[in-house]
Amino acid sequence: MATVEARHISKHFDEVRAVDGIDLLAREGEFLVLLGPSGCGKTTLMRLIAGLEQPTAGDIVIDGRVVTDLPPRARNVAMVFQSYALYPHLTVAKNISFPLRAVGMQRDAIRKKVEWAARMFGIERFLDRKPRQLSGGERQRVALARAVVREPVVFLLDEPLSNLDAKLRNSARDELKQFQRDLATTTIYVTHDQAEAMGLGDRIAVLNQGKVIQIGTPQEIYGKPMDTFVATFIGSPPMNLVEEGASYFGFRPEAFLPREVGNSDDSVGFPFRVTRVEYLGADRLVYGVLEGRTAEAHVISKMPNNIRAEIVAGERYDFVVRRREIHRFDRNSGRHIDGSGR
Amino acid sequence: MTTATANAVTAKAGWRTRLADNERLLWPLMLAPAILYIVLLVGFPFLLSLFYSVSDVTVGSRSMNFVGLENFHRVVASNTFWIALKNTLIFTIVSQFFVLVFANILAMALSADFRGKWLVRLLILLPWVAPISLGAIGWLWIYDSIYSVINWTGQALRILGPNDWPIWLGQPNLAMASIIVVQIWRIVPLATVILLAGLTSIPQDIHDAAAVDGAGFWRRTLQITFPLLLPITLVAVLFGIVFTFTDMIVVFLLTRGGPYDQTQVLATWAFFTGIQGGDLAGGAAVSLFLFPVLVAVAIVFLLLARRSEVT
Repeated sequence: MATVEARHISKHFDEVRAVDGIDLLAREGEFLVLLGPSGCGKTTLMRLIAGLEQPTAGDIVIDGRVVTDLPPRARNVAMVFQSYALYPHLTVAKNISFPLRAVGMQRDAIRKKVEWAARMFGIERFLDRKPRQLSGGERQRVALARAVVREPVVFLLDEPLSNLDAKLRNSARDELKQFQRDLATTTIYVTHDQAEAMGLGDRIAVLNQGKVIQIGTPQEIYGKPMDTFVATFIGSPPMNLVEEGASYFGFRPEAFLPREVGNSDDSVGFPFRVTRVEYLGADRLVYGVLEGRTAEAHVISKMPNNIRAEIVAGERYDFVVRRREIHRFDRNSGRHIDGSGR
Repeated sequence: MTTATANAVTAKAGWRTRLADNERLLWPLMLAPAILYIVLLVGFPFLLSLFYSVSDVTVGSRSMNFVGLENFHRVVASNTFWIALKNTLIFTIVSQFFVLVFANILAMALSADFRGKWLVRLLILLPWVAPISLGAIGWLWIYDSIYSVINWTGQALRILGPNDWPIWLGQPNLAMASIIVVQIWRIVPLATVILLAGLTSIPQDIHDAAAVDGAGFWRRTLQITFPLLLPITLVAVLFGIVFTFTDMIVVFLLTRGGPYDQTQVLATWAFFTGIQGGDLAGGAAVSLFLFPVLVAVAIVFLLLARRSEVT
């Protein structure tokens, strides 16, 4: 167990600032998710922490020790790669024991540790197989077992679920969270999937263009986005943004409802012309335009199926949003300007 | 919906499209040049030499009689055959050992990123792409009995004493060492390129995983890189052995098998016997001794490569 800290860390590849002066602290035993679009620098930041990249400037501190100049093997971190990076010529047992052999552990102790890790992920049956004889989910478990086996101070997970099919991904997410809780090892997890980030993270750091835009609990990130990037990156469909003078105002699609179901004392009404209705099983997505505005304001409403109100494309309806669900952002900087969002 | 299907018109493709998609016609057409090439330039000479080796054909006579295995008896009884066989083995094994060592070092160095890498790659490839006769003439001068660069440099740097003047191509052991050096120089580029291709095919993630898993340079190299590189290394060695075993150019240009057959290999001896000596039958018999050895080598290596195949 340890804290992991990035101190004003930068990594430039020629002209590209992949990581641009990031300060970040993962607390002891915390599950910290780095979330951002592709190319935002999240994987580079993780590789800097692992020691696979040398920073252009700044320091990495693990457990109170500056490790910037240490090679990866001296940092006692374990990493699970998106491709799993299993050693294809070694059996599962040899794969798992590789980190232990690297530190010169006794053979008996190695055997016990491998059995312990294999049992933890239910892969005892596969110990004599080669990685190519395993399914995607089994490979992912082997990669996790290999990371866990030498009990590192930090886990670094780089999109470990992205190669699994949707069904398996859900159960794997569940198991991942469970084992991280049991081991209570500080974990940094890179993903571009917001559902994964929301479901797994104790805290989420949202990255864009090499910078941390906002860091907070999933509730804070969703409920109080710091700027328009976070507001539109998180949430599916994203937050509706409408131009109004020198600012934008924004509201979540699920907060935008017909007056007969959403009305309350602090509701603000909007005339809403519906252009299209999408039926998604559990929800309906209603696409349309806010009327009576200078600029065309396209917005989306997300209505759970227990709202029976009939909505037809081409008709006008009276929709409402509660005042406290409305966010305001500066039009130039994109920053949140209401008191509610910090 | 059913009515729509009934009204559908069968689409007709133009003759060009039909030809381009006709696999039954295309595959023999595409394979023909390669098969023709192998039959004419490999198959036919091979059958001819099989035929010659059991006959008494010579360059100067027009008669040809079947003599059974007499040519082979004659070859095996000859002292030179055993010298040539031994030399061929030494020549091949020693040169390929060093080729493997140097090619591995070079491939690893070249897979790293540094400025001017393309220039170094080009320079390393030069011995392979330049005509061997040109290279060999250069080496003839380097090894020259009077003008040898090695000797002059050695004396100038006082590595060689004032009376030391090795005759590189004239002293039996030195001559063997000299042609081995040239063969290494010649084969290393090919082996390097093959190994380099193998190295780049190993995903970076695997190296990264090993680094994070606590492996230092030697553990990474010996336990991850080399095993993953093994199949392609076998291919490189197979090529090297075949090229060296059957090759006569280096020996022919530098020593002509001398002094006193001390660098004679099977390929040069077959040439001297069959072409220059006019004993076509004898030459054919000598060259056929190469064949079973090479077939065996090829089979062994292909089997090994398949067993160690990884995905």
